[in-house]
Amino acid sequence: MSNQLFSKRRSQRAVMVLAVALPLLIAGWVAGAGASPGRAARGAGIDLTPPTQNMAPQKSIGKGEGQLNLIAWEGYVQSQWVKPFERATGCTVNAKYAGSSSEMVSLMANGGGGQYDLVSASGDADLRLIYGGDVKPVNIKLIPSWKQLRPFLQSPDFNTINGVHYGVSLQFGPNDLLYSTKVFPKAPTSWSGIYSKTYAGRITIPNNPIQIADAALYLAPHQPSLKITDPYELTQSQFNAAVNLLKQQRPLVKKYWNLASDEISLFANGETVVGAAWPYQTGQLKAAGDKVADTIPSEGATGWADSWLLATKAPHPNCAYKWMAYISTPQVQAEQAVSYGETPDNSLACPLMDKLSKGSCESLHANEPDAYFKTIKFWKTPLAQCDNGKNDCVPFQDWVTAWTQITG
Amino acid sequence: MVTAEARKGRESTGVARVSAALWRRAWLRAALTLSPPLAWFLVIYLASLVVMLITAFWTVNPFTNNLQHQLSLSNFAALFDAPIPAIIGRTVLLAALVTVTDAIIALPFAYFMARVATPRLRNALFVGVLLPLWASYLARVYAWIVILTKDGTLDWTTQHLGLGSPNIAYTNVAMWIVFSYIWLPFMILPVYGALERIPDSFIEASADLGARNWRTLRSVVLPLALPGVIAGSIFTFSLTLGDYITPLLIGSGSGTNLIGNVIYDNIGLANNLPFAAALAFVPIVIMTAYLLVARALGAFEAM
Repeated sequence: MSNQLFSKRRSQRAVMVLAVALPLLIAGWVAGAGASPGRAARGAGIDLTPPTQNMAPQKSIGKGEGQLNLIAWEGYVQSQWVKPFERATGCTVNAKYAGSSSEMVSLMANGGGGQYDLVSASGDADLRLIYGGDVKPVNIKLIPSWKQLRPFLQSPDFNTINGVHYGVSLQFGPNDLLYSTKVFPKAPTSWSGIYSKTYAGRITIPNNPIQIADAALYLAPHQPSLKITDPYELTQSQFNAAVNLLKQQRPLVKKYWNLASDEISLFANGETVVGAAWPYQTGQLKAAGDKVADTIPSEGATGWADSWLLATKAPHPNCAYKWMAYISTPQVQAEQAVSYGETPDNSLACPLMDKLSKGSCESLHANEPDAYFKTIKFWKTPLAQCDNGKNDCVPFQDWVTAWTQITG
Repeated sequence: MVTAEARKGRESTGVARVSAALWRRAWLRAALTLSPPLAWFLVIYLASLVVMLITAFWTVNPFTNNLQHQLSLSNFAALFDAPIPAIIGRTVLLAALVTVTDAIIALPFAYFMARVATPRLRNALFVGVLLPLWASYLARVYAWIVILTKDGTLDWTTQHLGLGSPNIAYTNVAMWIVFSYIWLPFMILPVYGALERIPDSFIEASADLGARNWRTLRSVVLPLALPGVIAGSIFTFSLTLGDYITPLLIGSGSGTNLIGNVIYDNIGLANNLPFAAALAFVPIVIMTAYLLVARALGAFEAM
């Protein structure tokens, strides 16, 4: 009897020890695997040049490898333009959709892991991928339509560093000012509406830390003493001023919208009358007969611009180059712009868009001259390392922390 | 030559030997039965928690956004920076309010179900309580947006009653209402279970001893229902502590951040896994304390 009791107790203790030790062992193994020497070294130092900058890009496009693996935004890989590509090149397209820029960055870890070829990254992910060494230089001469892209999108600073291209620009759009024409008979010329007590409780802005850049953009002309030149490269004092503006705005905000559909319903039922938006919302609301319009005020606007970036360990580089060349052509640019509701980078796409959907060129601003878009400051990742070389800018982590303080 | 019969015999002795060995060694029997589920539990559940604990001590490089595998307490220190303490306080307060609200609604409802309703009515009520759980969480939350929004069902009703417009969409009050609605079944069911188990003889005995209805309720029914309420409160409290979907859809006004959606923002937007992991420890610590108090009150013995 006592012997039995003893053994029972002993086995209980063994189970207890196992329960504690095994997870620790597994966790240690997982942590150890993550902390390979290369990665640790890469994270430790401040490296001002992208790690892959000196990798020589290929000189010509060879025979396709038969497969192409993409990480993309949903809606960017539609059969409408994928099927003709597959027929012409023999490259079968496999798309993995990502829900956020951060998900794209984590999927692309370790140069795409030898699995992915291209990623349709937005400006706020580009620099993370480039400085993380996950994407590599692209030979832009192999992409004929690159010359047709709007000049300011050929070598933008979110995908081209020190003259080295890490991909090709794709499509873009502004974060513009959406307003109710019932409340604003004339288009507002300033962003001041979304910071004004006049519209308290009837304002909506995106629930996204990058919105701090919009506040900085607004402050640039109104508080010149701050000397804000780039809304994504803010020194601590510039950053604090933008955060303070947003904190004062907080009690006026009805909702920090998370999804485009949030904002559409807020405007549709009249809950908000002015807000920061995308042209997509304006199009949807107008199509439903709501009395709204959008504009880019005098202070300018932020915007997003997506690019296809080439993975450092791309297993199918020839198919990847064929895709970048194909997706930049006017016809495909027009198809994607109309299908998704954004502005094509190719300057020849406008007439083709109207053929697909009448009036789409004008409503998506594809007919505007470059000067119109000069006022757009495209999203890029705020990094501590900024152009002044002093490394005194506020990094994105702090933007997120501040955003939580702002929204309360 | 070995005959088929002999082979069969030898096999059966083999099986017999194994079964005899197992019979003699109880610990081996237990180990073999328990090891598959236990391994699953350890690898999938506990190991991921431990990985999270370790991640909380790392940091993110501000230049490359990569994880730095150097031990640091900075993420836990950041939990004390404004506005995180206020957000934690708000979340706990909301979770407590939701729990109390659900308990107040669930007690009379479950009492009626368990002790008053006819079996047929009881079945119908059961279906009524469980039916919402069949619909998607998202569909139910979106339905509440339609109710709470400007010119929504609630606005329309109060305006027609001449009470004005409550205008509570995207506020903490809206989240309190929606959370109370969504977690209500998780309170009703355990309370029902506790009340149903009270023997009729207890109530009769109470009456025989001269207690009126109110006294019986207070001294017999409520104390016996308490374990059910505590079991239900564990659900309503912990589910509110961790939820991030309702804060995003029903909240997102000014001053409506909860622990759940701040964790979500730090993973989804900032890729700041270490801080998200550190913050995820707050609900774990709170729930551990809550369960210890519940055990000290004897809630588990009565269950």
